[in-house]
Amino acid sequence: MPKLYDLAHCRAGDKGDTSILSLIAYRAEDYPLLALRVTVDAVAGHLAGIAKGEIRRYELPQLSALQFVCEHCLAGGVTTSLALDAHGKSLSYALLEMEI
Amino acid sequence: MRSSLRLGGGAGFAGDRLDAPVLLAEHGALDYLVLECLAERTIALAQLRRRRDPNAGFDARLDERIESLLPVLARKRVRLVSNLGAANPEGAAARIAAIARRMCIPVKVAAVTGDDVLDALDLDAPALESGLPLSKYGPVVSANAYLGAEAILPALASGADIVITGRVADPSLFVAPLMHEYGWAADDVDRLARGTAVGHLLECAGQLCGGYFADPGRKNVPNMAALGFPFADVDTDGNATLGKVVGTGGRLTVATATEQLLYEVTDPHGYLTPDVTADFSGVTLTEAESDCVAVRGARGRQRPDRLKVSVGYRAGFVGEGEIGYAGDNAVARAELATQILRERLHGRFAELRFDLIGSTSLHGRSFDSGAHPYEVRLRVAARAATHEEAAIVGDEVEALYTNGPAGGGGTRKSVTEQIGIVSTLIDRSRVSIHVTLHEGNAHAQAV
Repeated sequence: MPKLYDLAHCRAGDKGDTSILSLIAYRAEDYPLLALRVTVDAVAGHLAGIAKGEIRRYELPQLSALQFVCEHCLAGGVTTSLALDAHGKSLSYALLEMEI
Repeated sequence: MRSSLRLGGGAGFAGDRLDAPVLLAEHGALDYLVLECLAERTIALAQLRRRRDPNAGFDARLDERIESLLPVLARKRVRLVSNLGAANPEGAAARIAAIARRMCIPVKVAAVTGDDVLDALDLDAPALESGLPLSKYGPVVSANAYLGAEAILPALASGADIVITGRVADPSLFVAPLMHEYGWAADDVDRLARGTAVGHLLECAGQLCGGYFADPGRKNVPNMAALGFPFADVDTDGNATLGKVVGTGGRLTVATATEQLLYEVTDPHGYLTPDVTADFSGVTLTEAESDCVAVRGARGRQRPDRLKVSVGYRAGFVGEGEIGYAGDNAVARAELATQILRERLHGRFAELRFDLIGSTSLHGRSFDSGAHPYEVRLRVAARAATHEEAAIVGDEVEALYTNGPAGGGGTRKSVTEQIGIVSTLIDRSRVSIHVTLHEGNAHAQAV
């Protein structure tokens, strides 16, 4: 089963307790498949236990990209989290583990 | 009026490389160099340093940065804009002027203040994150409003070679020179939005040029040890072409620019800055030639009424301890150590966390069920009200040497005070901007 890693790249950013995950297709022709399969529900299921709040998805077809904004995803927020990766910078590679 | 300006991104955070901006200023044919040096928490920590020493509170590496940059900035006639003033822009500007005098380089340095709104802060105001009043969080140590590009314009109009600020929205550091040189009005929303897109692309410096992008075999980036920092050629309408100095490491492509354009953007249709509400949803990126990407299509709407304020507060102390296990059954022994520590530390801390580094520390679980690490490291972290209580965590981990599972080694322990950050809003009318000038030439008149 191919993973998102095979089709797309991702960078994680943070604002407070919100993690922002881009998902960018390497090839424009793969964008429709990402838009179809990588739904809010699919991401919520994949990141269960990590993304604990609302997830919003933005579609940016001219960039062949989706943007996921995941609330309550950083163990309380960057500045007061006890997590080793308080910014959730490595979450990009958790998203790319998703099978498609 | 100029038809094109070249802006360089010379730092993405306070800890960034110091040699790359020197190279960019030397060979980049820049008009302006911008150093973005303030992460969310940097200014609160700087405020604590200033309380201990009234002459401190700016970028701890100011001397190194400025000594290495001053000669090339003067020789190439590049103006510098930076938020490295942190909690003390005037102190930073005076320090830069002193360094310039010592190096016999005549410069005029402007300090922009007004972002520090601690005295005007309403502790009953709700935090944007929770709706709870700010007073519920903990003793407040800093409150800084995100100033916009307009706050920097008087300093640029004064003719200063170097403009030092405290908290300013990162893209505004880049928008200010464009407004100044091109005379863009504060309600020229589309041009401001295009300038904001450029500023957002440049503000993390190396992240636009393949830094934080590389993944060997998948996303290859050449010569990252000498990663080049980016510049943008921006025309009078805010359309831009991104580039980097020929011969430097890294790569600048549509892919690297797309990652950076979307980085930390919580709404691509409405990216809020003090200058404008920028819509990046129609932005196009096209590769004109190697390491050269054109940016078009940002649109703007009216700027937010109020300014965002970043509030720092004392959030207690975090105690940490670590110990490593290797070989057969390493994970089981680390889990036994976890169980022992849970019993020992039970009931003593409001918040306690166990991580297995090498297995589940980053994501709480492994997405690869077949992975068996040869070695694993147990990490324990807890929040406490005092330094002494927090220290118990590391002490208990260390005591596993003679009381815990077989083969534990390499313990480390630490206690750090934690400064939390929450946000609130403030009326623009409650923020007043001041500019002071500091002459780096001993013979010049003070203004």
